[in-house]
Amino acid sequence: MNLTSVDQRLLNDFQRDFPLEPRPYARMAAKLGVGEGEVLERLADLRCCGAVSRVGAVVQPGTVGASTLAAMQVPQDRLEEVADAISAYPEVNHNYERDHAINLWFVTAAPDEARLEEVLASIEKETGIPVMDLRLMAPFHIDLGFDLS
Amino acid sequence: MTIDGTDRALLAVIADGLPLDPRPYNVIGRRLGLDEEQVISRLKNLIRRGVISRFGVIVRHRELGYTANAMVAWDIPDRRVHVLGRKIAAHPFVTLCYQRRRHLPQWPYNLYCMIHGKDREMVQDQIAGLSGDEGLEKFDRAVLFSKRRFKQRGACYGAAPLLGRLKGAA
Repeated sequence: MNLTSVDQRLLNDFQRDFPLEPRPYARMAAKLGVGEGEVLERLADLRCCGAVSRVGAVVQPGTVGASTLAAMQVPQDRLEEVADAISAYPEVNHNYERDHAINLWFVTAAPDEARLEEVLASIEKETGIPVMDLRLMAPFHIDLGFDLS
Repeated sequence: MTIDGTDRALLAVIADGLPLDPRPYNVIGRRLGLDEEQVISRLKNLIRRGVISRFGVIVRHRELGYTANAMVAWDIPDRRVHVLGRKIAAHPFVTLCYQRRRHLPQWPYNLYCMIHGKDREMVQDQIAGLSGDEGLEKFDRAVLFSKRRFKQRGACYGAAPLLGRLKGAA
């Protein structure tokens, strides 16, 4: 998909401080010099093509519910099957294969600690592969979004 | 910090994104039994308190050509991890930086950062530059490029039964 200059600005300029007012897309449109309808249409297209995951919130880990990064060493011939089983849990929000002997990495978030432990135990039981729970101890970055310019 | 049930329900409703509707906060409010102003003020409050660290357009790096995504993990002595973590996080190409619990003996690493680039060479150069600038060469590290993405969406902390109760009460 070819990005228009409006697309590029939609992607780059609104990663934080999204307008908190009744007509946020109209505010964005005014900044871009286009109509509100065009902003909604472009965002829908960008979501559809996958460039935009969502317009929404990044929740700071540890402030609400319980979450963790988990990793597993999965035999290559079982990777897809195991990854699909893990992705099927609604509590799993990111799930990646990485280039390492410990090859499957996923983030799990749950309303509370008990449910988080339950999900990890259930994944271990279902797949028969140990899960490493790499719990957050301290965040250091400030999330400013991702500069695409 | 207290997060009440309504805040949790609100975060759950927006986990997959704000509706692409001219009045998204109104749409969300209707689902939660809140009015538009209450939704907006709750979101402002969650941002002010740091529960929401960023509110806006969440892009997918891969689809935009940033296909080289490296997780770098170092084994840093615990007493030095805070100082080095803050230094690593200050580099503009670092998108995330965390201290995490080790998992011994398989995984001795405790300090992580994420770098997204257009190709591996560029990211390798950034890692080398970062290591040189901050004196990280002496520490054992692992560089894990992502190969395949199986899933990416917003975290879902909320509980569906809670939502049901709220709607019932509205």
